[in-house]
Amino acid sequence: MVSGFFRKVFGGGSADQTVAEEHAHGRISRRSTGFQEFIRTISLPEGQRILDLGPTSPSNLSFVTGLGHRAYNEDVVLESHDPGIFIPSDDGKTKRIDVERFMKDNLNHEKEIFDAVLLWDVPDYLDEALVKPVVERIHKVTKPGGLLLGFFHTRDAGPDAPYYRYHIADKQTLELQRGPQFQLKRVFNNRHIENLFHDFGSIKFFLGRDNIREVLVVR
Amino acid sequence: MDNYRSDVAHIGKSVVVKGELSGSEDLYLDGEVEGSIELRSHSLTIGPNGRVKANVSAKEVVIQGKVEGNIRGTDRVELRKSAVLNGDISTQRIVIEDGAFFKGSIDIQKPEAKPEPAKVSAATAPAASASIPTPVTSSAQAPLLDRN
Repeated sequence: MVSGFFRKVFGGGSADQTVAEEHAHGRISRRSTGFQEFIRTISLPEGQRILDLGPTSPSNLSFVTGLGHRAYNEDVVLESHDPGIFIPSDDGKTKRIDVERFMKDNLNHEKEIFDAVLLWDVPDYLDEALVKPVVERIHKVTKPGGLLLGFFHTRDAGPDAPYYRYHIADKQTLELQRGPQFQLKRVFNNRHIENLFHDFGSIKFFLGRDNIREVLVVR
Repeated sequence: MDNYRSDVAHIGKSVVVKGELSGSEDLYLDGEVEGSIELRSHSLTIGPNGRVKANVSAKEVVIQGKVEGNIRGTDRVELRKSAVLNGDISTQRIVIEDGAFFKGSIDIQKPEAKPEPAKVSAATAPAASASIPTPVTSSAQAPLLDRN
């Protein structure tokens, strides 16, 4: 049942209980090679600036500050659903995101300030108009050599794939908890992901047994 | 209203303050403040109806309402599950409940090292009155407690 549930969430078909385990309190536990490598790289020295772009997670903030780093948190997907940032489209019938205002209110940091960024699966849930500006801004605010960890759904994931909050459990394990009902906007293929991070220095893919693509990107 | 105590100063939910708010006693704030809040060595609790647009400085800050501004809690800062904070936190210890919304940064300040007692020669040292530095407790070192 667990593996079936996980397949439904992320697509793919080989997840098993060694990879994902749903806890009694509604969280799914999964080991993450990409996260493991991310943490290994950023562990030392203390005092680094780490930006978490997911929903506020006490365990993430605890983990990052516990390493002696300064933790930053911005829930970019939630902010992109704020009714206040929508303006009428040119046709006057529909509404669109005011990208300029969104980028003024979010990710507005000094240039090259962050040592690492936890992007999670944010691009999969962002409005099309925001994906490129957000990644460009992340590039701008991340130090050269800085690290980014992203997750991307496989093409097997359907539009109803639930949105999850990522909680750090330990140096190699994440816990996934259902978040608000945000809709999966798209599925990137590998070429799309490479293009998305075109301005970055290098990109490394990890394919888990549950067919989640984890991406470690160096600025 | 679990943090309300009758022995602390209380600003009710219909009260609006614009300007500098300072004091030398604990404060429970359930109203609206725009400006700055300075309580130095005392605690501030922002109740569930509290709305603050101010930089806050106190020994201990507990947030249940909405805050826009930077928080400096020299001892500890606590975000309850109903808290909405847009601003940076600087403190020694922090507690964040699951469900709290936070946009900003957290800078954990290490406790200031106590100055070493001045070395005195055996001839001038009092027999048994030398002060002993208080050891730092483990709870003071814990940077963050997850209350999930």
